[in-house]
Amino acid sequence: MHFWQFMMTNRQQVLDLTLEHITLAGVSTLLAALVGIPLGILITRVPRLSKPVLGGANIIQTIPSLALFGFLLPAPWIGERAGRLAILALALYALLPLIRNTYAGIQGVDPAVVEAGRAMGLTDRQLLLQVELPLASGIIVAGVRIATVVSIGLATIAAAIGAGGLGEFIFRGLAMVNNQVILAGAIPAALLALFADFMLGRLERRLGSLRSKS
Amino acid sequence: MTASPSHGSASERPSIEFDHASFRLNGRLLLKDLVLSVKQGETLVLLGRSGSGKTTSLKLINRLLLPTTGEVRVNGRRTAEWDPIRLRRSIGYVIQDGGLFPHFTVERNIALVPRIENWPRARVEARVRELLATVGLNQELASRYPSQLSGGQRQRVGVARALAADPPILILDEAFGALDPITRSEMQKEFRALQQRMRKAVIFVTHDLREAMLLGDRIALLEDGQLIVDLPVAQFSRSEHPLVRAYVEAFSGLPDLE
Repeated sequence: MHFWQFMMTNRQQVLDLTLEHITLAGVSTLLAALVGIPLGILITRVPRLSKPVLGGANIIQTIPSLALFGFLLPAPWIGERAGRLAILALALYALLPLIRNTYAGIQGVDPAVVEAGRAMGLTDRQLLLQVELPLASGIIVAGVRIATVVSIGLATIAAAIGAGGLGEFIFRGLAMVNNQVILAGAIPAALLALFADFMLGRLERRLGSLRSKS
Repeated sequence: MTASPSHGSASERPSIEFDHASFRLNGRLLLKDLVLSVKQGETLVLLGRSGSGKTTSLKLINRLLLPTTGEVRVNGRRTAEWDPIRLRRSIGYVIQDGGLFPHFTVERNIALVPRIENWPRARVEARVRELLATVGLNQELASRYPSQLSGGQRQRVGVARALAADPPILILDEAFGALDPITRSEMQKEFRALQQRMRKAVIFVTHDLREAMLLGDRIALLEDGQLIVDLPVAQFSRSEHPLVRAYVEAFSGLPDLE
């Protein structure tokens, strides 16, 4: 059976799994951003936390991804919680680029600009919201972009614990030794990653130009 | 703005006072027992080499730093007692190349303090127009970004921003240091004319003796965190202090200058 034939006959399932995949990657990246960006801001304010926080996120990322899902696999109670667990695991992976880029972005703002703002009487909050975050936004979005692309790729492994997504096709194809089925999962996943990369890349360049307006 | 130059009654209370102020950082004494004051309408130039304590002195005024010993008073009140935000908003601050926010237009840069002070919008707009005229900038520049301006224009925006909320005190740190000599000389003349109208308490930091002589009423020479002399401009170049002599000689090296 040809690849396109397989796609057409199973188009409803392809669509469902793609949507599931987008949900897995999207929700996990969002969750990681909600935790990672504030953490990145925090460690610019409390420098002694920067080493443990960045180190911790680094360690999480060094765990092989299959192993991380593997740890979750034997849990007998996993059943319907699989989706949430997969999202949690993916979010943990996405943390490092978000924390690191937020931190680097804020640290990279011209100190003369920050000091001018402070000397003009901006409060810490005004300085963060009106100066530091806007000027760091290009680099923060670059972190979101890396996190999103990594999540889309890793979300294929979520199928290993029954959380669905395009990995279903990949694992099924592996079991059936059928390349068409593998490709039915791999190609849409790759296209999703490319699309997300392109869109976020555009946003990143637009925000990045804020900084060079100096 | 006080338009009439009320030629300073000597009893006038100083706006800024350093009262035996010292500042120590990591065991190093960056400023030693500084005694100095500036009155309303007066321009004091802090002259000295890099690392002499000029910028540290400025940071003690707007409470970016607090003195380790002694005190610094602004309008009669110790900086330690001031709410730092209120204090800083009452002091205009200009740095080299303007220190403008690169992501703000000229208009938003100038309007920074009025906006955070919640002035009504119409008043902010009128003030920005007035200030652009004051510093000699075309109204059309209001919507530009700092990167779209020349160095001189950026510096003018920096001055306009510092003046926005009409602060009684103005501090300038090497404000014209990044400009080419012609623009720099223009800015110096205009600034002097501006100060003669505004009569604020001004502290101007520079390492350029010529600039100091042109802009200052008094020159305070700092070296290694210590005040060497504090003299009216007319007497400064006649001082016999070896360090003053060294400065004067360094700036009279050119054959066509005395």
